[in-house]
Amino acid sequence: MIEALLFQGLVGLSEAMYLWMVAAGLSLIFGVLRVLNFAHGSFYMLGAYLTLTALRAFGGNFWLALAALPGICVIAWGMERFFLRHVYHLEVAYQLLLTFAFVLIFDDLTRLVWGPVYQAPPTPRGLDRAVSVLGRPFPLYNLFILGVGVALGVGLWLLLERTRWGRLIRAAAMDREMASALGIRVPRLYTAVFVLGALLAGLGGALSLPIHAVSPGMGELIIIEAFIVVVVGGLGSLTGAFLSALLIGLLHAYGIVFLPVFEMALAFILMAVVLILRPWGLFGVREG
Amino acid sequence: MRLDSPRTWSRGLLGLLLAGLLLLPLVTPRFYPYLAMQVLILSLMALGFNLLFGYTGLLSFGHAAFYAAGAYGTGLLLKHTGVSLLPAVLGGAVAATLLAVVIGCFCVRHLAIYFAMLTLAFGMMIHSVVWKWRDVTGGDDGLIGIPRAALALPGLGSVPMADQTAYYYFVLAVSLAAIVALRRVVRSPFGMVLQAIRENEERAAFAGFTVWRYRLGAFVLSGAYAGLAGAMLAPLENTVAPGVAHWTKSAEPVLATLLGGPYVFSGPIVGSVLFLLLKEAVVRVTQYWLLVFGVVLLALVLGFRGGFVGALVAWGRRLGRGLGPG
Repeated sequence: MIEALLFQGLVGLSEAMYLWMVAAGLSLIFGVLRVLNFAHGSFYMLGAYLTLTALRAFGGNFWLALAALPGICVIAWGMERFFLRHVYHLEVAYQLLLTFAFVLIFDDLTRLVWGPVYQAPPTPRGLDRAVSVLGRPFPLYNLFILGVGVALGVGLWLLLERTRWGRLIRAAAMDREMASALGIRVPRLYTAVFVLGALLAGLGGALSLPIHAVSPGMGELIIIEAFIVVVVGGLGSLTGAFLSALLIGLLHAYGIVFLPVFEMALAFILMAVVLILRPWGLFGVREG
Repeated sequence: MRLDSPRTWSRGLLGLLLAGLLLLPLVTPRFYPYLAMQVLILSLMALGFNLLFGYTGLLSFGHAAFYAAGAYGTGLLLKHTGVSLLPAVLGGAVAATLLAVVIGCFCVRHLAIYFAMLTLAFGMMIHSVVWKWRDVTGGDDGLIGIPRAALALPGLGSVPMADQTAYYYFVLAVSLAAIVALRRVVRSPFGMVLQAIRENEERAAFAGFTVWRYRLGAFVLSGAYAGLAGAMLAPLENTVAPGVAHWTKSAEPVLATLLGGPYVFSGPIVGSVLFLLLKEAVVRVTQYWLLVFGVVLLALVLGFRGGFVGALVAWGRRLGRGLGPG
């Protein structure tokens, strides 16, 4: 019994990694640019679709197909450089409306280019077997995803805390004007952070390909979940995003076993409880 | 009566518009009164949205939740009880109002950014409830065969509503009453406090107003208007599908309001006309109308934040300055 529970927990944690990759980018961009990107789910979706197309072009080699991900960087660069940059000085509502416009555009463009198909390619070769975990067969691919998620977390921490570039990002996040006065090229830094955040979401989408079916609605589903993650964890906190993504992954994994009818509602209930008891999130900073 | 006074002109225009609306079913084919009802319904939803956005400074991406509560509430009342039309429609609006109280309590205490995110999340929660709760909502089939009950008028008997023209006058009467009432609200002391909060939350708080209570009040009233809009949709279409709760439905009042202009009372109404006309035109060419409206929204946010009415007002002012002395 205990083993079955632990096993189910591991399934939940590996599922949580996709959510973490999206929430990490969302939180990073908010922490530095102070813009909440409603179109972040679209990057997850575009990552999946671009990789799918590359997969066909490269004869089904998943690792080669990941080479399509720089496409996400180009799209994100264009969005920040030519649109988002022009609304930083406006009210928050107009920044939100701008990213919302991109949700509408990306959503329909995806439908237009790829059609309303539900597609799932096979698990990449080398990872398409199961290993024995707690006496049960566990898909190796899920273990791989767990490893990637944790590695990304460590990598992001090292980047932000231990490199010169990370120091610059933290400086710009703390005080944009002062950073600018000290000679940091803030606009370029903003673009880079936006592209990095989008790439994280796109990578999540690409890696979800072998597990989840691709559909035009996948961006909306993941952005709602990512919103729940950042509300629970605290907007702008990467540690909070990581831990609350794990929490929500576990909630889904156990919810589907014990309370199948309410499985969907559990994450919302968690969010509601956090909003009542600790509105700034478990790891967030109280504002005002 | 002074012919050079703008007030006289705007009253005259309103009178003409009203006469046109009253005569519409008598002089045009069936399609136009139907389109007019769509405009009125979207106008109510957009006016409710704009009470939050334009007047209080809160951006909601989840008004479809209240629209759906109104539509399903009225649909269920008409299907399973024998109530007359007006109580059924008001019942749907009340259901939406109650939902707005609950969701509002979670949303209004937070920063503007949280507000937009939470309304979208709660809106999609309602969508998944509608989708999954098959026994009550009919799941993805929706509610079908909703009857258009007769309108019981106390002391006068009942008016059958099966005919589209009769229902058109019902929708027109309810919408006009609701629009007039909302106009009084935004000009009342309550409406003034909302605008004060939009302009400067801290000063409003220091002036002694409990900001979150006013925001909750605006949120609930806003939800009630979206609910009333949805409530009138159910008898019009005779069916309600879960699409009415989807986030793309929440996008419609956003687009209509920005098209018309958020800082004038009539903006959302003008915007609803423009939105539905544009949608009719786009749908004839392509099914990807959201793509077109996404591009339109981009242009509005980057260059035309006053919307159509805002541009008109600015143009009028420039014209006035050009003609006037100095």
